[in-house]
Amino acid sequence: MSGAVLPSALARARRLALSGRIGLALMLFWLVVAIIGPFIAPYPPGAFVAMEVFEGFSARHWLGTDYLGRDVLSRLLSGTRFTVGLAAGAALLASASGTALALTASLGGRWADEILSRLMDTLISIPSKIFALVLIAALGSSIPLLLLIAAVTYVPGNYRIARALATNLAEMDYVQVARVRGESRRYIALQEMLPNMLQPLAADLGLRFVFIVLMLSGLSFLGLGVQPPDADLGSLVRENVSGVAEGAPAVLMPALAIATLTVGVNLLIDALGLSESKR
Amino acid sequence: MAAMGQSGGASRGLAALIARRIASAALTLLLVSIAIFLMAALLPGDVAQETLGQSATAEQVAALRRELGLDQPLHQRYFGWLAAMLAGDPGQSMVANLPVAEVIAQRLPNSLLLGALCALVAVPAALAIGIVSAMGRGGRLDRALNIASLSMVAMPEFLVATLAVLLFSVKLQWLPSIALVHDEMGWGEYLRGCALPIVTLSVVVIAQMARMTRAAIIDQMDRPYVEMARLKGLGPVRIVLVHILPNAIAPIINAIALSLSYLLGGAIIVETIFNYPGLASLMVNAVTSRDMPLLQACAMIFCLAYLILMLIADVTAILANPRLRAR
Repeated sequence: MSGAVLPSALARARRLALSGRIGLALMLFWLVVAIIGPFIAPYPPGAFVAMEVFEGFSARHWLGTDYLGRDVLSRLLSGTRFTVGLAAGAALLASASGTALALTASLGGRWADEILSRLMDTLISIPSKIFALVLIAALGSSIPLLLLIAAVTYVPGNYRIARALATNLAEMDYVQVARVRGESRRYIALQEMLPNMLQPLAADLGLRFVFIVLMLSGLSFLGLGVQPPDADLGSLVRENVSGVAEGAPAVLMPALAIATLTVGVNLLIDALGLSESKR
Repeated sequence: MAAMGQSGGASRGLAALIARRIASAALTLLLVSIAIFLMAALLPGDVAQETLGQSATAEQVAALRRELGLDQPLHQRYFGWLAAMLAGDPGQSMVANLPVAEVIAQRLPNSLLLGALCALVAVPAALAIGIVSAMGRGGRLDRALNIASLSMVAMPEFLVATLAVLLFSVKLQWLPSIALVHDEMGWGEYLRGCALPIVTLSVVVIAQMARMTRAAIIDQMDRPYVEMARLKGLGPVRIVLVHILPNAIAPIINAIALSLSYLLGGAIIVETIFNYPGLASLMVNAVTSRDMPLLQACAMIFCLAYLILMLIADVTAILANPRLRAR
């Protein structure tokens, strides 16, 4: 099953519309930056390397300097790792738990379905940013907690989509046959149903990644996300926001980095045409 | 006669269906209140100890715990809180040392005003973009608008805000970058002061709403009655305005209600950036200072607003779909 996914993905990429190719390129670029960024950074991200604050673009400091005279490029490279890493981790966690719960609900009988769906309906009725703010106020915002909070916030959305997919699949003949054959629920869920849910779930994973990047950088921008001395892209915008008056790259570049990342993923998902629902 | 009886029955069934949706929304709100109460109760450590600091004596801590009701069991505290919320008195703000209701009463009208003005900007703009897009379906303009709206949906609010400040306040010096609001200010002054927050907040909502409007209109375009109108020789503008729009009005209202819910999340960033004295920036302050009674009350107001928007979307969807009505 998984052997066929990669070639078909490549074939799809070749047939992509221009917007989709741009999206793919942007996404791959930021993934590579997140992985190798800190190794190619010209300076340590926390080092004070210039006397001038809010410098413009220059050969010494490609993206200028920040409000304390640190190298913006180096800080951006390390901030990207926080943003992409946290969001990817949280999106994977959210999708895995949401889908696991959805499969449990669709195979676990009426009560499991009733209780889980009611719970998820309740949680989805709390706007995600409000949900995250309440959890942060209660628990704090260390890096592992942020990852967990972002994941929990986006579980209900994934659950809703995965459950709709699972409910349709559960009626399929081959699932009925597997049931009659006496296969275990675990086998039916993992071997019969999950492989047929992967494509729409992948699109949903991408959307959740975008939402989480936007939410985490928004939280960091408010000073409630990643705490100093660590800094994700949202923190970089926050700490340099006084540079707006001078149009400093220190504030514009991290904001543009976030935008190109989220817009890229969004364009790619749209061009792939995988997503069933628009929300 | 029979037809009349039938239509009476249908509208009664419709009323019952809508009443059921409202009851279900009320139940959800109740469950949401439990969720929010429990999440806020996760707070590790002792609020009383934290408020008083290390130097407090055990008696002082115990007294504050009693005063805050923290010595009661969880379910009792929940029902006490719920009853107080319903009575319009969600407790004392720990930081401001004022009743929460009073603090919120100062801020809520500002947020409602900001939201209403955004809707006023966003709805016509989104409808125009959506309609133009749908009319030129597949054409160059439609594709350009599709890419633009897709990008705007994924744009962080603070980038839009930063660029708007850079352009309108720093370069052109037309508009202030801080939204000052006070009681004696006139409408012109208010609009000038709040133009940037309104624009920033509208951008994402417009993109979302325009996409859904386009989808709703295109959904109608393939119906036989539109083909009939085209074959009659009617122009495209007349077909869209006179034939399609009346049929697409319910899905469009649905789209508007769903998209306006984006205002709730966006307001949190935008009110804070522009220092706008609204409910969302109040809630951010409540998180920073861990002022739980205030935070819970703000969260409940946001959830209520969200549920009302969803209910409107839901009910218009029912009204629009005869098959749903019959069910």
